[in-house]
Amino acid sequence: MDLQIALLLGQDGIVNGAVYALLALALVLVFAVTRVIFIPQGEFVAFGALTLASFQAGKTPGTLWLLIGMGVAVAAIDSFSAWQSRRPRRILQVVGWNLAYPLLVGAAIRYGAPQEWPLALQVLFAMAVVVPLGPMIYRLAYQPLAEASVLVLLIVSVAIHMALVGLGLLFFGAEGSRTTPFSDASFQLGDLMVNGQSLWVVAASAALIVVLYVFFERTLYGKALRATAINRTGARLMGISTTMAGKLSFLLAVGIGALSGILIAPITTVYYDTGFLIGLKGFVGAIVGGMASYPVAAAGAVLVGLLESFSSFWASAFKEVIVFTMIIPVLVWRSLTTHHVEEDE
Amino acid sequence: MGPRVVLAVFLAFLALGPAILPEFYVTLLNYIGLYGLVALGLVLLTGVGGLTSFGQAAFVGVGAYTTAYLTTTQDLPAALALFGSSPWLALAAGLLVTAAVAWLLGAVTLRLSGHYLPLGTIAWGISLYFLFGNLGFLGGYTGITGVPALSLFGFELADTHHFYYLIWAALLGAIWLTGNLLDSREGRAIRALKGGTIMAESMGVDTARSKMVVFVIAALYACVSGWLYAHLQRFVNPTPFGLQIGIEYLFMAVIGGAAHVWGAVVGASLVTLLKQWLQDWLPEVLGTTGNFEIIVFGLLMIFVLHRARDGLWPLLAKLVPEGAGERTAVPAAEPLSRRAPAPAGTVLLEAVDVVKEFGGLVANDRMSITVKAGEIMALIGPNGAGKSTMFNLVSGVTEPTSGEVRYCGERIDGLEARRIAQRGMGRTFQHVRLLPAMSVLENVAIGAHLRGRRGVAAAVLHAERAEEARLLAEAARQIERVGLAEHMFAQAGSLALGKQRIVEIARALAGDPNLLLLDEPAAGLRYLEKQALAELLRKLRGEGMGILLVEHDMDFVMGLADRVAVMEFGQKIAEGVPEEVQNDPGVIEAYLGGVD
Repeated sequence: MDLQIALLLGQDGIVNGAVYALLALALVLVFAVTRVIFIPQGEFVAFGALTLASFQAGKTPGTLWLLIGMGVAVAAIDSFSAWQSRRPRRILQVVGWNLAYPLLVGAAIRYGAPQEWPLALQVLFAMAVVVPLGPMIYRLAYQPLAEASVLVLLIVSVAIHMALVGLGLLFFGAEGSRTTPFSDASFQLGDLMVNGQSLWVVAASAALIVVLYVFFERTLYGKALRATAINRTGARLMGISTTMAGKLSFLLAVGIGALSGILIAPITTVYYDTGFLIGLKGFVGAIVGGMASYPVAAAGAVLVGLLESFSSFWASAFKEVIVFTMIIPVLVWRSLTTHHVEEDE
Repeated sequence: MGPRVVLAVFLAFLALGPAILPEFYVTLLNYIGLYGLVALGLVLLTGVGGLTSFGQAAFVGVGAYTTAYLTTTQDLPAALALFGSSPWLALAAGLLVTAAVAWLLGAVTLRLSGHYLPLGTIAWGISLYFLFGNLGFLGGYTGITGVPALSLFGFELADTHHFYYLIWAALLGAIWLTGNLLDSREGRAIRALKGGTIMAESMGVDTARSKMVVFVIAALYACVSGWLYAHLQRFVNPTPFGLQIGIEYLFMAVIGGAAHVWGAVVGASLVTLLKQWLQDWLPEVLGTTGNFEIIVFGLLMIFVLHRARDGLWPLLAKLVPEGAGERTAVPAAEPLSRRAPAPAGTVLLEAVDVVKEFGGLVANDRMSITVKAGEIMALIGPNGAGKSTMFNLVSGVTEPTSGEVRYCGERIDGLEARRIAQRGMGRTFQHVRLLPAMSVLENVAIGAHLRGRRGVAAAVLHAERAEEARLLAEAARQIERVGLAEHMFAQAGSLALGKQRIVEIARALAGDPNLLLLDEPAAGLRYLEKQALAELLRKLRGEGMGILLVEHDMDFVMGLADRVAVMEFGQKIAEGVPEEVQNDPGVIEAYLGGVD
């Protein structure tokens, strides 16, 4: 291996690692706030990328039907309970967000010829379709079980993962897609050729991390999420709705997932089931951080990206094996540093 | 029609199956048996042990690939050639490899919180799948062909019908072994895991070991299933051992009913039949091919977890009237040997200058107490004074930041709770930690865990019945001693809270302790019950037991305790006989507030 190859692999690793870091942050966030291990995160990476790809191919993305379908379900359930508790204004709000919004987005896509739109608008609409799925899934699948054990929530996550992978196949077919790059530019940096999209990925990830930091440190909602993560009961006593916190954390996580997919879609071919492995690599990063520390999780995720790119050079067939075996030493270390038996909830 | 009749009908149907059913259904039943075996392991792991694994398909793969490789490869190294000479020896090799892998995975994850094992098994499931697909000597993604047929006593099982009997014999055998295990001392230790590790450890259960036992057993069942699969199919490739199939196995266990052995059979049948039907029907409806059944499985799974978290088995079991099987009598047995009692007046427990800090908060500040044999020492104080922390320090649930705790002269701070229990300290919990679905008798028998020594191998074969009878007899004796004989076979969860506290005392007594730690035993008791409890504690004191009592009920404490220590803000503010303490100005101020 000469320096040029090493630099190339390093670049690849950092680009992938940046995406894994975003996903790792989202996983830690969701786990801390809701105790849900969010396995389906990866499916939203694929949904984001493939929804954008559908626009560019002039097709209506299947995710739109999922949005409308889940919107109808949430609207029905929540209107019914609002009606029972005699809160007519709440019905209006529920119907507005879960019924009117998906239909409006749908109408814009159906009659607006998104193929002709500028890329930024396409991205915006891809996010508009995919991101609301997060809170809807929280409402339908997790909220009724919010007090269940971590184990039950994990099994629900895996069930949702299965259902979404199947739906992904139904919506987008078995063929993969690539999208138009955000930028065609490329630079010569010493011996290294850097393409514009890679810069976009790294810059967007870094920017998003900063935005998240500001959100958690400076805004009331961010502080509410942190409070919920530290102590659910205490947060509730302070008037923070844990349901709101759950939906918000899912909104952020799915938003991060979809955006990650949109960022990488121009540099890798995304298939309906690609997201799962990408999401799991974010997981390895999150586990390195003990599912609790944001900076360690992000650093772990970048390490995963580097390990992956270098092992794809030396032992490409065993790339996945090497990456997933990496958690073993991490777990050994955690196991050895844990002295007393931990009590599960 | 009682349960036995239903079981007999079911077995008769199974025995006649191949003779009366078309080939297609026999094949389906073969697969149900193979999947049921894996799901059974998950019942043990998830429903009983409260752990889970998504990597069971990978263990199936280890069983299948080990036998396929060993029995088809020519010129094996001498050490392996023996294992390759017969599929049965290859099975032994597969079991060894599986046990080793499961042990390793368990060793790195089981001491951590419960979600690390499933996450670890996801990583393991994916890694192994790619490993199978990329190792040249395992045939890559095309796999290994030409796996020999099994033969049993010289009879070749080349036919689906013959294989059917082998598969179902394996499954029913595993169900029998699992049932035996659960109805034993080791089984109670495993079932106690769901009551929380702190309770189980305080009763002397090595919870890491119990978790390891169920994880390894579940992996071994999966391995046997894989071995059978390889010799039924006569070839192996990586596809059936991927993570997605691992998830489907978990679905079988959860949908069927993860808390019951027969839930595995119900779940495996339902998922297999549903999959068969959906794979025909869905592509037709949707107009495109693909494994869309996973959408239905995913949704079905969420529905089951929302509406019937215990799965379908309990709903099916309701259709059959209850019958024999529930225990209604305890066999007479020779009493267990007892530990030497400490002479009255010897110092049992001695805590010296114990400090416990949580971050910046000092929960216990230089606390010192002693408890002697044959005395009742009460620890009282307002809420938040640090009494429970003190209790946890003494019983080994947490470690002190500094200071020493001694039991019979030996330092015990820093020891695990189960090692402290082993030395003769029994405890109850402020928030009752019984297993509500288990009988009072079985709950109390958990307390006697350390007084038996027969292990898992004896338990699965029920070769430990003599010891088991002695343990149950001891539990029954303690239940009678605390006055709950009439509730012995009732579900612990059906008792009033006050009685559940008494069951906890019986459970602690079943460990034959010299020192008893009671955390608010009188809370929730009625007046007469309190009197009976006081009477019991006096009797125990008379027999030389030392008792450390945390209690809020002042009448109860002052009428009973020999000495009282009062805590406030983590410190001891008074100690002495009840009359002294009652008149102590500091104590009065702590309880009633001072006049500024």
